[in-house]
Amino acid sequence: MEKAEWKPKILAFLCNWCSYAGADLAGVSRFQYPPNIRIVRVPCSARVNPIFILKALQSGIDGVLVSGCHPGDCHYITGNYFARRKFTALKELMDFVGYDDGRINFSWVSAAEGGKFQKVVTETTERVKKAGPIKHFVKRDFQE
Amino acid sequence: MIEKIREIAKSWLDEGKVDVIIGYGEGTTPFTTKPIFITDSADVSKLVWNPLCRLNLAGYVRREILSGKKVGVIAKGCDSRSIGLLISEKQFERKDVSIIGVPCGGMVDSKTLRKEFGESNGERVIADWEKISVGDKSIPTKEILSNACKICRYPTPIHYDELVGEKIEGISVEEHDKPALEMLEKSKPERWEFYNKEFSRCIRCYACRQACPTCYCDECFVDSKDPKWMEKGQHPTDLTLWSLGRIYHQIGRCVECGSCESVCPMDIPFTEILAGMSKRVRELFDYESGIAVDEPPPLQTFRYDDPQEFIM
Repeated sequence: MEKAEWKPKILAFLCNWCSYAGADLAGVSRFQYPPNIRIVRVPCSARVNPIFILKALQSGIDGVLVSGCHPGDCHYITGNYFARRKFTALKELMDFVGYDDGRINFSWVSAAEGGKFQKVVTETTERVKKAGPIKHFVKRDFQE
Repeated sequence: MIEKIREIAKSWLDEGKVDVIIGYGEGTTPFTTKPIFITDSADVSKLVWNPLCRLNLAGYVRREILSGKKVGVIAKGCDSRSIGLLISEKQFERKDVSIIGVPCGGMVDSKTLRKEFGESNGERVIADWEKISVGDKSIPTKEILSNACKICRYPTPIHYDELVGEKIEGISVEEHDKPALEMLEKSKPERWEFYNKEFSRCIRCYACRQACPTCYCDECFVDSKDPKWMEKGQHPTDLTLWSLGRIYHQIGRCVECGSCESVCPMDIPFTEILAGMSKRVRELFDYESGIAVDEPPPLQTFRYDDPQEFIM
């Protein structure tokens, strides 16, 4: 049997109040975007423990996207400011140990930005495609 | 210097200013010291102070204070910063601890010592701030400092009640950043390969966690069963995840005392990566851990204008 073309598997953590609604808006607006993302709805981008991200990559996911409300718009007032610092720290650490570029992505998408959600997902998919199938730091193949 | 330390310890115990003095005592094998807890002022002669007093005592300070004691401690620059960090994380208050600050000339690397001298055969071991010698062989202390002590910015304690000895100047920021920058000169794939190789030698003894004064969670992420962040066994990815997870939790909190590296039985290098993280925290958030006791560590706070170029 001929091997199917590789399609990146991307895990997206979307905040309930903005980015998830943004994704919904992209859907009802019929914006087309790559079908490679699997969405996990979280209450706030600050809910995303960096270990979630590392664990996802270890489990064979090719790339991760974390998206929350724009700074100042957090439903919990300051959640995304804390999240921003956490992601900065994770990014610095992964850069220092030389982990692949483009596998860990962050964005701010509001509930009114269906178009931006489309762009973000397209951009993320391109970055992950460029990084290629995940080879190191993988314990097992991802099973859906 | 040790006489002065003993004198202060004795007077604090006699006055009832403290219930226990935490310091260093002679170890059971050559080239080692161990933490000792002195409650009787007759025992202060057991205290020692030499370049083998490596272990950071701040973790013990926290534990003793939480058990309701008035604590006195002998602190180097790094111990005092760790105490400052624990205070800034609201683990205890400054008034709960009395600190005998001792400017530190740097601790020697125990692994280099073992390599240089081998196992001691009952010869006389001298370890002071000038030289380390066994029998006839002798090496200047400055030449065998551990990696963390070579880049120490604060050899003189920041927080103290009594300071014993002359203040010692730390090295400049540029000197401190050198090992991290040297590591960053390697390409990304090289660094990834290097760190994966190093981390995958881990035997999961968790000595790094136990030695670290800043690792005090009741339940470590590695021990959690639900959610189970880490699986059992020696799969290389789990070993890398452990080290990355531990270092992530140290970002903005580590004072670079070098305890983790010195206790690692597999000699995994942590100095460069921890120094690199401290450098970035200093650049991004303008923060150095353990200096200001009324300022929370960077990941427990935020500024409205934090850098966010990497966010889409």
